[in-house]
Amino acid sequence: MKLKSLLVGLGMIAGASLVHAEDPLKVGFVYVGPVGDLGWSYEHDRGRLGLEEYFGDKVETTFVENVPEGADAERVITQLAKAGNDMIFTTSFGFMNPTVKVAKRFPNVTFEHATGYKLSKNLGTYVLRTYEGRYISGVTAGMMTKTNTIGYIGSFPIPEVIRDINAVYMGAKSVNPDVKIKIVWANTWYDPGKETDAANALMDQGVDVLLQHTDSPAPLIAAEKRGLRGIGQASDQSKFAPTAHIFSVRDDWAPYYIKQVQAKMDGTWEPKDFWGGFQDDMLSLASINSNLPADVRTKIDMTRDSIKSGEFKPFTGPITDNKGNVVVPANHSLTDVELAKVNWYVEGITDEIPR
Amino acid sequence: MDSDLIVQILFAAIKTGTPLLFIALGEVICEKSGALNLGQEGMMLMGAVVGFLAAYGTGSAGLGVLAAILMGCLMSLIFAVLVLQLGANQVATGLALTIFGTGLSAFIGSGVVGETIQGFQPIAIPLLSDIPFIGRVLFQHDILVYLSFVMTFVLMFVINKTRSGLILKAVGENPHAANAIGIKVLRVRYLAIMFGGGMAGISGAYMSLVYTPMWVENMTAGRGWIALALVVFASWRVGRIMLGAYLFGLASIMHLVLQGLGWSISPNLLAMMPYVATVVVMVIISADRFKEKLLAPRSLGKPFDPRNMA
Repeated sequence: MKLKSLLVGLGMIAGASLVHAEDPLKVGFVYVGPVGDLGWSYEHDRGRLGLEEYFGDKVETTFVENVPEGADAERVITQLAKAGNDMIFTTSFGFMNPTVKVAKRFPNVTFEHATGYKLSKNLGTYVLRTYEGRYISGVTAGMMTKTNTIGYIGSFPIPEVIRDINAVYMGAKSVNPDVKIKIVWANTWYDPGKETDAANALMDQGVDVLLQHTDSPAPLIAAEKRGLRGIGQASDQSKFAPTAHIFSVRDDWAPYYIKQVQAKMDGTWEPKDFWGGFQDDMLSLASINSNLPADVRTKIDMTRDSIKSGEFKPFTGPITDNKGNVVVPANHSLTDVELAKVNWYVEGITDEIPR
Repeated sequence: MDSDLIVQILFAAIKTGTPLLFIALGEVICEKSGALNLGQEGMMLMGAVVGFLAAYGTGSAGLGVLAAILMGCLMSLIFAVLVLQLGANQVATGLALTIFGTGLSAFIGSGVVGETIQGFQPIAIPLLSDIPFIGRVLFQHDILVYLSFVMTFVLMFVINKTRSGLILKAVGENPHAANAIGIKVLRVRYLAIMFGGGMAGISGAYMSLVYTPMWVENMTAGRGWIALALVVFASWRVGRIMLGAYLFGLASIMHLVLQGLGWSISPNLLAMMPYVATVVVMVIISADRFKEKLLAPRSLGKPFDPRNMA
């Protein structure tokens, strides 16, 4: 009897260690929106799927979608940590403080927070250089506009969005000195109805190329209805507006997720503040419309290539803000720390930033 | 601001107000019977997804609307059975219905995320649409907008001028008295609740077939909740609901248009306006002496059990 239980015991230990050797790395994701939003959360989920595809049985992923920013987020992140996840990615700015808190309580779990700025010994952050895509969008919009008025649907007046508006305008201005930009704040990341209203309000006021920082394809659909043009963001939105769609700047998180999970597996993971763009294959131009004039197409490719090679950085001085102050001195390119603090509009944008 | 822009703004305000109008009209009938259904958002989402699926599958936007109405009725029937037959708490049941509808709509719609359809096209009504200014604001819409006009006037008539309207109000005010004079209270409430569901269904279909002809998760973005506020805002009067819906529409349009015109009013402040108005009305309602004037059905939210006549 004793022998038997001993054998069973030994067997269990052997079995456990065997299982342990093949134990997949458990990775959890927290999304602010539904994965079906076809924008931000959708692309993060594609990144997760890319991770699974790359590592196969070596990883096991879970995700929680539609998580409100705030107290609920802390509960969800804690749950994921308790459930034995080795690594947790939280993918919205508002998850920053909850992630910091939970990271403190679970020192053995590795946390990564998208778009934040707080680091700790088991918490890293990562951001997309969306302004690179916006600059190319601006160049394109500046060439395509016939009314010399392009429109931007803003989500919230935070540095990321302000930075991107500046990038768009600088891009447009570089090819079209007369171009004007109209900005409308929708006060939402995602509300197709409101985004449609915002798009129509802009088009009613003479805008003929629409850009957006909100996530749904609704503005493109509105542009298609009125025979005007628009540029998609976050994911490939071409099928919603076959004629209107110029291109989409697509987010691709998979390369980053794969790199960080690999680092965790190798034991080389360190907390970093990582910014990825075209150079890191985390941004791309999806479905460039074949109905574009040849010179526009050429200019798009040239601009993208010079950004991708690192030869051109949009926020390189001299840059003056719309109150006449030099905000970037000549020959200086804004560092990531400085980019994170952009709270001015460049010269030529007549609006005020809402406070 | 030139007159063209004003026409466009008013036109857009009506379009933006229409889904709110449909769902709030449904809710007011439901509440007039004494049933408070907080499941509006869930029913609306189900209407949106089922309407889209049906229109996508059959190629007919009209069939899409029909399917959405049926779905809305079915969803509200769940609510009706729970609160009327089983005596479940109305607030909790309504909230559960919203959560259920939000999840289920995402689930059954996952196959058509990103598909698009040809929704309803605008129809300019002959003669009427030629009236200067008003014609362009009111009579160049799609068929559902016209249906919302018709529904508003029909309901106004039914509630104020017909026997059915009296019965509905009697049930909402004092179900015991109504029961005593032989009115089938539960039957009236079933019908009122299901009418509310059907209207929520159309409202959802308006979002997914006309407003932004596509399906994406959670695309109603809280409009069901605004409708609940609207009913209070309108103090349970149909005419005021129409006015309120268009005011909400106008407020949300203006906040976008004014920014484009370069007005430096905080967009947050403007976006808040409709809610501020609602809060003010709520405060007024909460003051007792005004209660009589504001017409909240007196049995609202209270269960009625014909077997237990006190």
